[in-house]
Amino acid sequence: MTETTSAAEAPAPSATSRARALIGRGGIVIPFVIAFVVLSLISPPFLRFQNLANILDQQSGIIIVAAAGTLVLIAGGIDLSVGAIYGLAGATAAQLAVSFGPPVGIIAAILVGLMIGLSNGVIVTRFRINPLIGTLAMTFVVGGIGAIATHGNLIVVFDHPEFKVFAATKIAGISSAAWMMIAFAIATAILLSRTTFGRYVYATGGNAEAARLGGVRINTVRVATYALSGAAAALAGTLDASRVLSAQASAGDFLTFTVLTGIIVGGTSIMGGEGSVQRTVIGCLFVALVANGFNLLGLDPYYQQITLGIILLLAVGTDAWSRRQA
Amino acid sequence: MAGLTSNQAAPAVAPDGAHLEILEVGKSFGGTRALDDVSVTITAGSVHAFVGENGAGKSTLGKIVAGVFPPDQGQLALRGEIVTFRSPREALARGIALVAQEVAVVPRRTVAENVFLGTEPRRFGFVQRRRLLERFDRLVAGAGFELPADAIVGSLPLAKQQQVEILRALARDAELIVFDEPTAALSAIEVQRFHEIVRTLTRSGRSVILVSHFLGEVLALADTITVLRDGKLVKTGPAADETEDTLVAAMLGRSVSRTYPPKQVPPADAPVALTVRDLTAAGVSGASLEIRAGEIVALAGLVGAGRTELARAIFGASPATAGEMTAGTSRLTGTPLGSLRANVSMIPESRKDDGLLLRRPVRENVSLASLPSLGRFGFVRRGVEATRARDALRKVAAADNLEATPVTLSGGNQQKLMFARALLNKPAVLIADEPTRGVDIGAKRDIYELIVGLAAGGVAILLISNEIEEVLGLAHRVVVMRGGRVVAEVSGDNITEEAILAASFGRASSAA
Repeated sequence: MTETTSAAEAPAPSATSRARALIGRGGIVIPFVIAFVVLSLISPPFLRFQNLANILDQQSGIIIVAAAGTLVLIAGGIDLSVGAIYGLAGATAAQLAVSFGPPVGIIAAILVGLMIGLSNGVIVTRFRINPLIGTLAMTFVVGGIGAIATHGNLIVVFDHPEFKVFAATKIAGISSAAWMMIAFAIATAILLSRTTFGRYVYATGGNAEAARLGGVRINTVRVATYALSGAAAALAGTLDASRVLSAQASAGDFLTFTVLTGIIVGGTSIMGGEGSVQRTVIGCLFVALVANGFNLLGLDPYYQQITLGIILLLAVGTDAWSRRQA
Repeated sequence: MAGLTSNQAAPAVAPDGAHLEILEVGKSFGGTRALDDVSVTITAGSVHAFVGENGAGKSTLGKIVAGVFPPDQGQLALRGEIVTFRSPREALARGIALVAQEVAVVPRRTVAENVFLGTEPRRFGFVQRRRLLERFDRLVAGAGFELPADAIVGSLPLAKQQQVEILRALARDAELIVFDEPTAALSAIEVQRFHEIVRTLTRSGRSVILVSHFLGEVLALADTITVLRDGKLVKTGPAADETEDTLVAAMLGRSVSRTYPPKQVPPADAPVALTVRDLTAAGVSGASLEIRAGEIVALAGLVGAGRTELARAIFGASPATAGEMTAGTSRLTGTPLGSLRANVSMIPESRKDDGLLLRRPVRENVSLASLPSLGRFGFVRRGVEATRARDALRKVAAADNLEATPVTLSGGNQQKLMFARALLNKPAVLIADEPTRGVDIGAKRDIYELIVGLAAGGVAILLISNEIEEVLGLAHRVVVMRGGRVVAEVSGDNITEEAILAASFGRASSAA
């Protein structure tokens, strides 16, 4: 800890420390608003309802995974296997939707994700394997299973348009996938900020020993966050497979990084104990805005990657800075 | 810039034997004045103590001397020469070392490697191991204590790690060593040894600055005492002219005798609130004890005797391998959750490591262990939570800013927060492990009142404290541990320092 001086000699908050608190708490909102305004000004098509609805639709999967991942991170863990789960679930849902109808496919896929998430939780808690390594290993295992089950092929279900209803039904001009994302984000936000379980998530990640001595079943809390993350990744994979009526086990290979970027840029700390779903949603949308802006302006997508990398570093640097005590 | 800038100003004339003069030093952090126009002279070869409440500036002054941060105003004169230190490294180059409250060692390396860290005898970039060990032997011989050169530092007890730091200072020819709260975490016997080490240091002509909370220690060890209050110098004078009462009066700016609230021993037929039978756990073998409602029982013993281990095993913080525990009518399950449900609460030894969520609001910290009773359908009732948390904080006389984070609180308020958390659970049994560690005198008084008040209200209290005075002042009964076992018990008028120490060290005791 940084606080090695006698506790009572802590100085009163200065301008710098107030700035730290402000940026630590709500920082992502400012760049988000700036990006939004700039894009509206330089690219008229940006503000069109259709463009905004498209952004929401495209981000629905990522935000669902990131909302659940926020809980994992706050509880002091990390889930690298979401991309693999996303891919396997999409393939499972598409395949089973063909044979047994979409409801069976969708439910089965989400159950698969839930089970993998539970396994992650048990690996990390019961067997005390570092979550970075445990879920990385799970990525390979799940990715391998997906590749074997699909023979590495793209599963195409164009001839089953009924599967598309799940993600692509328009309600008030916005896709059902986006509505589900909004509902999921609100539900996880309430879970985290208003419930006893949410408090335990913060306590577990903030100071696991204090939480344990406070009567919190920290392992149960951790397992629950991984289970939720697995189920969310499966829901996202299913939605995206439904939207395009095709699926591939390797479809989520890059998703894990996109999701982590959104969470971290939003300001949830990789150290655990701090963060919120609201911030993650804004973080993901900010990343999406940057990408959307590059597209609208016709810029080389490689610059987009460089920009993302820099934004991520800035986010982590800001987090570290806001944690420092004067 | 060069490592050290000796100002061009003509050296001030050093008074006889002045090792270091602190001249009109001031320092602010943010808007807070930590030190204001403080001038003190450290005589060569003496022990000079800085005392004061938390926040009085004593630690800050020690750190300025050791170059941790530069003063905003004023100067330091080292043997008459004005010096400016920009870092501890620059201070060390001029023979001033700091041994901080929390030891700064490399835990996975050996004692010798730690001592010569950064100054290893080298040739062509390779460390010359034999020369290093020779230098180590010479150093240890002069220091007056023993340390195995090859021991891994992380495996040594804290007192030995501190000795590693002292050796490191000596290895760099430190002539003035600043100790910041050196004995806060040491056992009685280790404190004795530390005092001997300090005396050896001064006998060899070195000067020592001692920043300490413990007035008894300061009076026993120091030649000169400087009292600070709110960043200002109250007085500097020979230790021989002071007593604990005069020091406390100077620190507080008013006269407060360090007395304890009167003891209210519960009737002999008060119901037993906690029974522990043959409890065995890591560091504890077959311990048994009973506490009645309203009784304050202190666990005494040396550090390592198994006091904290016993307390943790009772609460379920660490697993017990054998034994039975009953609180009231419920068997304790040996888990924190089971204990809390049976209205047994524990205030852990280290509030920062095991207690506080430093970056969550006070409100959430207070309610953490009572959330099931504050919720409905899994949702936290925020209004009820805020009301109860505020009530609990008022009962413990703590600041009741519910949305502040504990990081910003003083040690005393942090500790009171831990009491508030325990109170919210309506404890029948309260285990308090070092409840006044790192807490200033005013808050200590509050905590004593609180413990006595809880006991008067029928709570059974199990108290652990390294401050023997606290044990004497608060306990109705003292259970002495040695080597993981309960070896003696003293109560009533038999509670004396001699009886407790005799039993702790395993000498025959007439009092027990």
